[in-house]
Amino acid sequence: MRWQTIAKEAPPAGPRVWDYAEVRDAFSWEQARAGLDGLPDGRGLNIAHEAVDRHAAGPKADAVALRCVDGAGVTDITYGQLRESTNRFASVLGGLSVGRGERVFSLLGRGPELYTAALGTLKNTNVFSPLFSAFGPDPVGERLRLGNGRVLVTTPELYTRKVAPIRESLPELRHVLLVGTVGEGTRIPGGIELDSALAEADPGFEIPPTDPEDMALLHFTSGTTGKPKGAVHVHEAVVAHHATASFALDLHDDDVFWCTADPGWVTGTSYGIIAPLTRGTTLVVDTGEFDARRWYRILQEQRVSVWYTAPTAVRMLMRRGADLARDHDLSALRFIASVGEPLNPEAVVWGQEVLGLPIHDNWWQTETGAIMISNYATMDIRPGSMGRPVPGVVAGLLERGKDGRALVTNGRVTESSTPGEMGELALRPGWPSMFRGYLHDDVRYAKMFAGGWYLTGDLARCDADGYYWFVGRADDIIKSAGHLIGPFEVESALMEHPAVAEAGVIGRPDPVAGEIVKAFVSLRREQTPSEELRRELLAFGRRRLGGVAPKEIAFEADLPHTRSGKVMRRLLKAREMGLPEGDVSTLETAQ
Amino acid sequence: MPTTITPEQATAMVREALSAIAPDADLDGLAPDDDLRGAVELDSLDFLSFVEKLSQRSGRRIEEDDYEELRSLSSCVAFLSHR
Repeated sequence: MRWQTIAKEAPPAGPRVWDYAEVRDAFSWEQARAGLDGLPDGRGLNIAHEAVDRHAAGPKADAVALRCVDGAGVTDITYGQLRESTNRFASVLGGLSVGRGERVFSLLGRGPELYTAALGTLKNTNVFSPLFSAFGPDPVGERLRLGNGRVLVTTPELYTRKVAPIRESLPELRHVLLVGTVGEGTRIPGGIELDSALAEADPGFEIPPTDPEDMALLHFTSGTTGKPKGAVHVHEAVVAHHATASFALDLHDDDVFWCTADPGWVTGTSYGIIAPLTRGTTLVVDTGEFDARRWYRILQEQRVSVWYTAPTAVRMLMRRGADLARDHDLSALRFIASVGEPLNPEAVVWGQEVLGLPIHDNWWQTETGAIMISNYATMDIRPGSMGRPVPGVVAGLLERGKDGRALVTNGRVTESSTPGEMGELALRPGWPSMFRGYLHDDVRYAKMFAGGWYLTGDLARCDADGYYWFVGRADDIIKSAGHLIGPFEVESALMEHPAVAEAGVIGRPDPVAGEIVKAFVSLRREQTPSEELRRELLAFGRRRLGGVAPKEIAFEADLPHTRSGKVMRRLLKAREMGLPEGDVSTLETAQ
Repeated sequence: MPTTITPEQATAMVREALSAIAPDADLDGLAPDDDLRGAVELDSLDFLSFVEKLSQRSGRRIEEDDYEELRSLSSCVAFLSHR
């Protein structure tokens, strides 16, 4: 093997030392549940109680829960203050008669209001569904419609740009809670200024009885065909958030933790809000976009001890060079983890050499709700591997059929047992943060399971010691800068342009982002390709889709089709990568 | 030694680079000191392409240390024309 194992014979100061095999064999989710309090008087289990109220009621009341860093400075919010602001938010929702299980969406940048909204929503037993604020009007509207959004929390600026154009298509949206001042002359139906509503709301709020199986979170994820899918998570998921925060991130209540993911994506909610708060950690919230110098400054000035970031960000820091890192005092840092796409071995080793700590890759999905496979603080790292299953999680690799997915015969699948053999990664259902459905789509949910396994759609290998190695997607989903992007959603938006006859969208391999979104379009008969039209289509895509728009567009007179008439994205990708078109089965291994 | 770049040429280069990456952006409505990443909605990957394009057009190597000089239209122009 080219890359040397990073041995952990002498664990760095700080981490809880535990033996993987021993803990895994003795672990049960019931035991993990006992680490949480539950609502008083046996009223059930509510994420917001575990994340906020139980700390606010004890010695952690004055400890800092959120440390918000923006251009103006640093704002600290204690657990006690967070309990009050989330109580007030829950009271506002209660006053608006937003009913149990109804969906409250957010379309916000990272700031205190986002955290208040998320946790206040959970307190009122409504369902929180975060949207990425860089989405354009199309993805925003699609998700609000699919999720029956009843309440939207956003800013007047974001509303005007992204919601106003599609508001008529959202008859179920009743209230718009606005962060910031609404300018004169701006009319927002159902608009309520959040600041004044919170000021008037009751700061006392008792969380109603909450069944652990009550819906809590709705996260949208992309499919290869059709609309985005709304993965439903329940309050019981907090058991897995809490357990994995310890196993995979080694979080303690005296840690300063920074998760760089936006809460618009599942990582930013599970680990950017819930998991660290359940551990009583101080959470750093950075309102800005990626900027190498500012990031190092945050690590230094906030004395971040545990840092959870993404491969694209690590690779951008690598490009920036070692000197900038060495100019900063990163001595508080003791554990680094990464998720979003496979972390290349060079990046793991770069961490060791430049930051003084190896980077611990881990793996999970929107559907799994929490980290499922991980490298651990006290386990040797094999650079390039995503690690071993979290205690309580049973993973396996399934033999594949002709379509590249797990082969299902009469409802049965075959587990591959040869070390090093590639198969579809699958998990045994039963962990607490497993998704409980795709909203309004039982058929698609049922298709995600076969032979007693949840099928992840990812291809992997497993070595003789149980370390998993990511190979690629078994389908056409694009992974760009840690975000899953469904080609269908991008193709559909492009095809709304009058010049476009058809589009095929792929992930073009990219050294920094893993993949970038590239669209091949064929034009209607009367249209001719031109640079001007190419730019017009780029602009059209960006306006409709925002941050998930294609970065590159190429004209392709003859898009390849399957017999059933679908665009063959795999063939487009093979061509793009210069692979022989006849042998597209090699696509995954070439990535 | 590259020839000098006038502020007018620098402005044109920045506008060309921006419109190649974000042709949807309203560059006429852009104030000289607006934060480009916010105003034109450039994500981190867009920003990297922007730097690459500026470097190609100006014939100047742009180091990663220089990124902070490229925050706004006016700072980009100052950066490209004052060296």
